[in-house]
Amino acid sequence: MTITRRQALGLTAGAAAFLTFAPRISFAATAETDAAIKAFTGGATPTEGTVSLDTPEIAENGNTVPVGVTVDSPMTPDSYVESVLILADGNPSPAVATFHFTAMSGAAEAKTRIRLAKTQNVVAVAKMNDGSTFMDTKEVKVTIGGCGG
Amino acid sequence: MAAPKPRVKVPKKASQGEVITIKTLISHPMESGQRKDKKTGELIPRKIINKFSCEFNGQVVFSCDLDPAVSANPYMEFSAKVNEPGTFKFTWVDDDGSVYETEKKITIE
Repeated sequence: MTITRRQALGLTAGAAAFLTFAPRISFAATAETDAAIKAFTGGATPTEGTVSLDTPEIAENGNTVPVGVTVDSPMTPDSYVESVLILADGNPSPAVATFHFTAMSGAAEAKTRIRLAKTQNVVAVAKMNDGSTFMDTKEVKVTIGGCGG
Repeated sequence: MAAPKPRVKVPKKASQGEVITIKTLISHPMESGQRKDKKTGELIPRKIINKFSCEFNGQVVFSCDLDPAVSANPYMEFSAKVNEPGTFKFTWVDDDGSVYETEKKITIE
């Protein structure tokens, strides 16, 4: 992909704005995200791995950002993924969606499209049927924010 | 506004035990309730689809809770394991209580 002059200017402006406001905004959002993760896992801190997020590095339009999530699990009636919580820590409200899988899902994979207000981290937390939890975090750079803006 | 139109892509047939991919899309504005009307400056009331589920022969295969951060015209892609011929039933639940449904049949070859 080639970057035009206009896009390059937009990226620079976006990066500058992000750097200026990042400390204040990200602090508030992270506390809310942490609370949402705690509520989902029942207080446990999820470990890294097993779940993986598939997001673009740069999203030109924050109104529709494709997001995929895959959990490494055999998906049998004895061992499967119960649910996966998706959070966006920089949105006005971090909750995005919760997927609920069953043993009939065959594979713990789902894709959707989400809104991102600005450059931020997208978090996926997976809960297994035995109660263990896993998480993955990916940063997505947004050039035009979603959520109306 | 026109009634939301669900669109679903399911393979017509599958072999037994195969894991198939299902793609769904429904036309819906997904108003987040945080956007302001540019003319009046008032908040546009929230209107989102908050629940989606897929059942196969009456058993839940996949379901999802949606929040305002999901894009307009919500798209869902997931998989299902097919052990027998039957019908997939897809349900979307709107904030105002309306329910949009569609069904797809699948055969085993």
